[in-house]
Amino acid sequence: MSTPTQETPLTLKALTHKPVHLTGGHRMCSGCGAPTIVRQVLMAIDEPVVIANATGCLEVSTCLFPYTAWQVPWMHSAFENAAATASGIETMYRSLRKQGKLKKEMKFIAFGGDGGTYDIGFQALSGAMERGHQLLYICYDNGAYMNTGIQRSSATPFGADTTTQPVGSKIQGKTQRRKDLTRIMAAHNVAYAAQASPHNWKDLMTKVRKALATNGPAYMGVVSPCNRGWRSQTNDSILLSRLAVDTCYWPLYEVQDGKWTINYDPKDRKKPITEWLKPQGRFKHLFAPGNEALLARFQELVDQDWESLRKLQEMSKS
Amino acid sequence: MGATTTKIVAVTGNQAVAEALRQLNPDVMPAYPITPSTGIMESFTKFVSDGKVDTETILVESEHSAMSACIGASAAGGRVATATSAQGLALMWEMLHIASGYRLPILMALVNRALSAPLNIHGDHSDGMGMRDCSWIQLFSENAQEAYDNTIMAYRIAEHKDVRLPIAVNMDGFIISHSIESMTFIPDAEVKKFVGDYIAIDPLLDIDHPKSIGALVLPDYYMEHKRAQHEAMLNAKKVISDVSAEFARLFGRKYDLFESYRLEDAEVVLVALNSAAGTIKDEVDRYREKGVKAGLLKPRVFRPFPYEEVGAALKNAKAVCVMDRADSYGGYGPLFMEIASAVQPHRGPVLFNKVYGLGGRDLMPLDVDQLIDETIEVAKTGKAKMVKEYITVRN
Repeated sequence: MSTPTQETPLTLKALTHKPVHLTGGHRMCSGCGAPTIVRQVLMAIDEPVVIANATGCLEVSTCLFPYTAWQVPWMHSAFENAAATASGIETMYRSLRKQGKLKKEMKFIAFGGDGGTYDIGFQALSGAMERGHQLLYICYDNGAYMNTGIQRSSATPFGADTTTQPVGSKIQGKTQRRKDLTRIMAAHNVAYAAQASPHNWKDLMTKVRKALATNGPAYMGVVSPCNRGWRSQTNDSILLSRLAVDTCYWPLYEVQDGKWTINYDPKDRKKPITEWLKPQGRFKHLFAPGNEALLARFQELVDQDWESLRKLQEMSKS
Repeated sequence: MGATTTKIVAVTGNQAVAEALRQLNPDVMPAYPITPSTGIMESFTKFVSDGKVDTETILVESEHSAMSACIGASAAGGRVATATSAQGLALMWEMLHIASGYRLPILMALVNRALSAPLNIHGDHSDGMGMRDCSWIQLFSENAQEAYDNTIMAYRIAEHKDVRLPIAVNMDGFIISHSIESMTFIPDAEVKKFVGDYIAIDPLLDIDHPKSIGALVLPDYYMEHKRAQHEAMLNAKKVISDVSAEFARLFGRKYDLFESYRLEDAEVVLVALNSAAGTIKDEVDRYREKGVKAGLLKPRVFRPFPYEEVGAALKNAKAVCVMDRADSYGGYGPLFMEIASAVQPHRGPVLFNKVYGLGGRDLMPLDVDQLIDETIEVAKTGKAKMVKEYITVRN
């Protein structure tokens, strides 16, 4: 175990004294979930950390030559290969450590959006997780290719309006349900897999620490509101990430050593999915007369996934 | 002559390159198997399993990830090598540009093989020619000895502070990779001394001096980055000559930007890369015996291409037949285009282009004889019947 002896307590008071590793002045949109998530992640870590970043909003907006917002070693190489690039960095670290050419202990994190993770980067991610690198891959999931203008991804929710599956007279947005990548990562038997949300920073930061403490391959999916793509208010991002959890669209859970744990179960306070959909312009058409069945279908998909997650938790208890 | 390089061994080209990699002892080797380069990876991973190298392998799930991991590992701050062929290289193509754009001295053993379609696993140069514009230094090798020697020299060239570019060492698939030849290995200690320790420049793992690698660069700075790459490639020419001269001093085998075989007074000249040169040299000798002033120019360095030197070497010839083991469909063969550019400033010879050996088709001594005969005819008439033509092919 490489857990430091004196971990910074996860209190606001203690965390305000931590150095900022992603500075202000970057070009992310106001209200974007990604930089909030990144800052929470980096604040959770006390050890030196090295970052790999897939091409995407986070990458283009934080390191625009000759400027960078990163105060820790950071590398981007392409869209589909953050996991493979991080594999190379982490393996060089192990090689140099083995040879006595490097002394310091470090942690390795790769960031990708859902495009670079669920879709084009899926193979590289699967390979890296299977090979067992000491690496935490974090997907900030805003549910479409937002960087290039809100094109559909396999993480896009059912029914969402995107620029490549636009709402028209025949088609009402995305016709498929989203891919459940966190479960696919759990099926890789990684050391740690979890879902988190930036509204619950303590849960998110605890998960980052748990993931890194495993010293094995770990995956975290984090819901990341995007006011441009979700057609929502910039000041509603944290509210929307909370509603994603309260409606059970984005349950907070973790999988470790075959044990599935739901970290937050709203029980009888579970909110209808419409509460999450309503503030988002990308779902506006679902509320139009005649589309009641689509709304019902969305609720059904959420309920199915939530129930099966509860079953996984139940089954893994014994 | 070096005194220590006398032990003669019989090995395949793949074994020779794997042996060179063992001696180079890279810190990380990400690789994905593909015929005909797989043997390099298999031999090398056996060295790893037997503890004969310090290398950590990354047995990736694709060549795209192989080159991506090479890039991450090299940027992290150490020596990196990989091996591939054909489709593997094609899948890496996006990352080849990023490796050179980030100025990472990665070493690749490229065992030349035809690109699909139609699917074919045998040797030609369509893979190597496909990376022509990727800003990688490209060395070509006639036989196992040259592939070994080029590999031993590769890091010295790629890592030179005036260069800092990735490097690919080419050899012909099967013809060289799988044929057993006699050759000599340099003792381990001498390789170690020749190559020296790796000096990392701005490594990512220098945690106390954090670097951002891979910025978005817009029109205001992009072109400066690219011109710097161009200049590094120009610098590589001298570095290759210097490193080769040092290698010759130490180990006795002499290499330059290209090999001139009976070229000095040659009137009819063939130009070819890699293994075909061996067959051509035999036929050049036969024609010399008959009184024909035949010669061969065999480029060793394809990028950076030595235009001035090649132009000077060919300017007094009467006719030059440029042989391409790859095609640029709808254009001339890629080697022909370079030779034509090299000869262009001179009043020089008549040039023509033959495409041969695609997908591993044999080039026999009689085929070479026909080419020399045709080159003699072109030298006489001052005219080529066809500028570009496929040979040894069904009508």
